[in-house]
Amino acid sequence: MKIKVLQNILDANTQMAQKNQRLLDNHRILALNIMASPGAGKTSLILKTIARLKDKTRIAVIEGDIASTIDADRISDQGVAVVQINTGGGCHLDANMVENALNNLKLNEIDLLFIENVGNLVCPAAFRLGEHKRVVLLSVPEGDDKPIKYPMMFTESEAVVINKIDLMPLLDFDLDAFKRKVIGLNPDVEIFQLSAKTGQGLDPWLSWLEAELKSLRAQT
Amino acid sequence: MHELGVTQEVLDIALNKAREAQASRITKINLVIGEMSGIVDDSVQFYFDFLSQDSIARDARLSFRRVPMQVRCRRCGFSFSPEKLDWSCPKCKEWDAEVTAGKEFYIDSIEVD
Repeated sequence: MKIKVLQNILDANTQMAQKNQRLLDNHRILALNIMASPGAGKTSLILKTIARLKDKTRIAVIEGDIASTIDADRISDQGVAVVQINTGGGCHLDANMVENALNNLKLNEIDLLFIENVGNLVCPAAFRLGEHKRVVLLSVPEGDDKPIKYPMMFTESEAVVINKIDLMPLLDFDLDAFKRKVIGLNPDVEIFQLSAKTGQGLDPWLSWLEAELKSLRAQT
Repeated sequence: MHELGVTQEVLDIALNKAREAQASRITKINLVIGEMSGIVDDSVQFYFDFLSQDSIARDARLSFRRVPMQVRCRRCGFSFSPEKLDWSCPKCKEWDAEVTAGKEFYIDSIEVD
């Protein structure tokens, strides 16, 4: 006997993610899922954003790593609430891990939550966490061909941040070609180009975060 | 990728459906997997054989229907399968592609006794 199922394999994760998002909405928290390769500058961008916004915005961070608390310690040094998730070899965060992390944060004291995913341009794209926006970071040394090699990451994101633009003069990264590929895959995506190290180009990114936070607050 | 976790989900969903139907044995699970998902069939079967050994899904065969990536040009509407690193439209040459197939990732059906 054949039984029709028609159920997405990641249904359990998607349902948990929806639950997380309801919890975040109830607390009027804007959550961003930050995804990138290892070394693209996820933690550096979060640190720079904290330094610029922490006087007016209450920020918290969920740090996903395969092992260690190096990144969480760097965030914690800034006086920001942080929960470390060690996936113990797992290649991505999933909604269940994020639910556990949310239980360890004081949600009434947060406006903006960064969820830093495991460094990986493949698997995190498939797992919703309950975030409002998905941000993929791509650093200039990685090359401008990445949108085509890892299309899911770019079709599933709401924003693309090109990091380490201060290295542009040293490398062959073709910015126009990169943007063309990204927009070709995802015409509605926001693109930011900045250097988390020097702070160059940071303002449009910060303005976008503030605008998104304001728009979430207006809805809920 | 993360075949172990995915395989556990497949097994859980299949066992659940079989229980609802009061089946005594699952003989086959039909999966539909888009090319973009990055899942390796052999690896899923390998984990499945291990995870299912004490369940009514033991010895079930996994069948994978692979869906190739298909995109549609937003400018002229032409549908095509992109080749390697080139997603530009073969008809109008523009690069403005919407993915219409290749992200599938679901269990279509199970076969039970």
